[in-house]
Amino acid sequence: MTTGEPLIVLDAVNKYFGPLHVLDDVSLSVGRGEVVVVIGPSGSGKSTLCRAINRLEPINSGTITFDGQPLPAEGKDLARLRSEVGMVFQSFNLFAHKTILENVTLGPIKVRKEKPAAARERGLALLDRVGIANQADKFPAQLSGGQQQRAAIARALAMQPKAMLFDEPTSALDPEMVGEVLDVMTSLAREGMTMVVVTHEMGFARHAANRVIFMADGQLVEDAPPAEFFANPRSERARDFLSKILTH
Amino acid sequence: MGVLIDKFDVFAGGFWLTLQICVLAAIGALILGAIVAVLRISPVPPLRAVGTGYVNVFRNMPLTVVMFFAAFGLPALGSNADFLRIPVIDSLFTRLGTDLPYFRFALIALVLYTAAFVCEALRSGVNAVPAGQAEAARSLGLTFGQNLRYVVLPQSWKASIVPLGSVIIAMIKNSALAGFFGVVGDLSATADQLTGAEGYAFIPVAIGISIGYLIMTVPLGALLDRIEKRQAVAR
Repeated sequence: MTTGEPLIVLDAVNKYFGPLHVLDDVSLSVGRGEVVVVIGPSGSGKSTLCRAINRLEPINSGTITFDGQPLPAEGKDLARLRSEVGMVFQSFNLFAHKTILENVTLGPIKVRKEKPAAARERGLALLDRVGIANQADKFPAQLSGGQQQRAAIARALAMQPKAMLFDEPTSALDPEMVGEVLDVMTSLAREGMTMVVVTHEMGFARHAANRVIFMADGQLVEDAPPAEFFANPRSERARDFLSKILTH
Repeated sequence: MGVLIDKFDVFAGGFWLTLQICVLAAIGALILGAIVAVLRISPVPPLRAVGTGYVNVFRNMPLTVVMFFAAFGLPALGSNADFLRIPVIDSLFTRLGTDLPYFRFALIALVLYTAAFVCEALRSGVNAVPAGQAEAARSLGLTFGQNLRYVVLPQSWKASIVPLGSVIIAMIKNSALAGFFGVVGDLSATADQLTGAEGYAFIPVAIGISIGYLIMTVPLGALLDRIEKRQAVAR
């Protein structure tokens, strides 16, 4: 899958929340078209890792490079970089005062300066793709969690990003809605989107990931293809984690 | 109570002048307060410091002192606040254009003082918008200004409107101080004139003055209650 130079490179990244060392010397590279699933116990720093890639969390030391460029500091350059990295949140974060279609077209119209008509057309196509075209004129609160999260994926895709970050996209969903969101994510992965996915969905990690990253206590403990990681975890910490979640 | 009828024109004149101060000061304070609020939530630390400094100074200083500074400090600096003699507007609010600058001084003091409270009311509304909304906007590549304009502010005004109304009501009552800093003929100065110079009994005059202020504040409060109820339904 990986071709040419990697798209996302983290080198010796450290991040502290007060005395808490949430990212401890993390180095990671994600190739173009690669799907990397990050798993680990809560508090292990996996969400912070995901959010550091588009600088929603600034880091204390180390470097993060996206598409050959180091992450810019606050300002126009950072906004441009963020427009190229789609992000999907645990709590959807759809704009509550805008319809689903307006949510999807806001970025293209205001950031990319696309013509509203063209943005609407593409937005509707994206909503159709995630299976909620008939909800285009409703407000987020009128949709189910699964529909909201699919709308949020469409909103991120509308920017035609080079990579997509998913921060526990199914953790806030009722169990029967997890599947519909994972289906959309799986089809994205098949089409060659570069993805970093923080999740507890081991099924998704098994069948859609190229690599599984296991994090614990802010450190990147394991980095292996899913078949190898699930069959044969090398570290005690990962074995312990897997035994806890896979016995039920 | 005859004074209320005999001197109705004096009360009405005082009411009209106080209303003028309040309308102008409310507009000024809303604009300045919005600017200070944007400074206070800006991602640039020096701008945030300026906004915070402004609020700390003007929210914590008695209005009387701010009025003193305006009425005595500005002339000492050689200014009669002539920049407030704005063409067209000064023909609508005639006191803006007069040679005696006390109306303008009082206006400046009220605006500076009230803007600090307006800023905080607006900011409490911004804080009521879930952090995820602004995060999602940033992750799409919206700039700080776009984020405020298209995502945060349209959602924040609902939470701002009630505290903002309280601030404006307080400002209307605070405007009573203007009469003691040289503004001739506003509602509070009317009391002084009628009881002091013309010898009317204090209580009927005070009742008349109170009615004047209540005519401005009570409808405003009722309007705010209605807006609040409408919002409760919309939620």
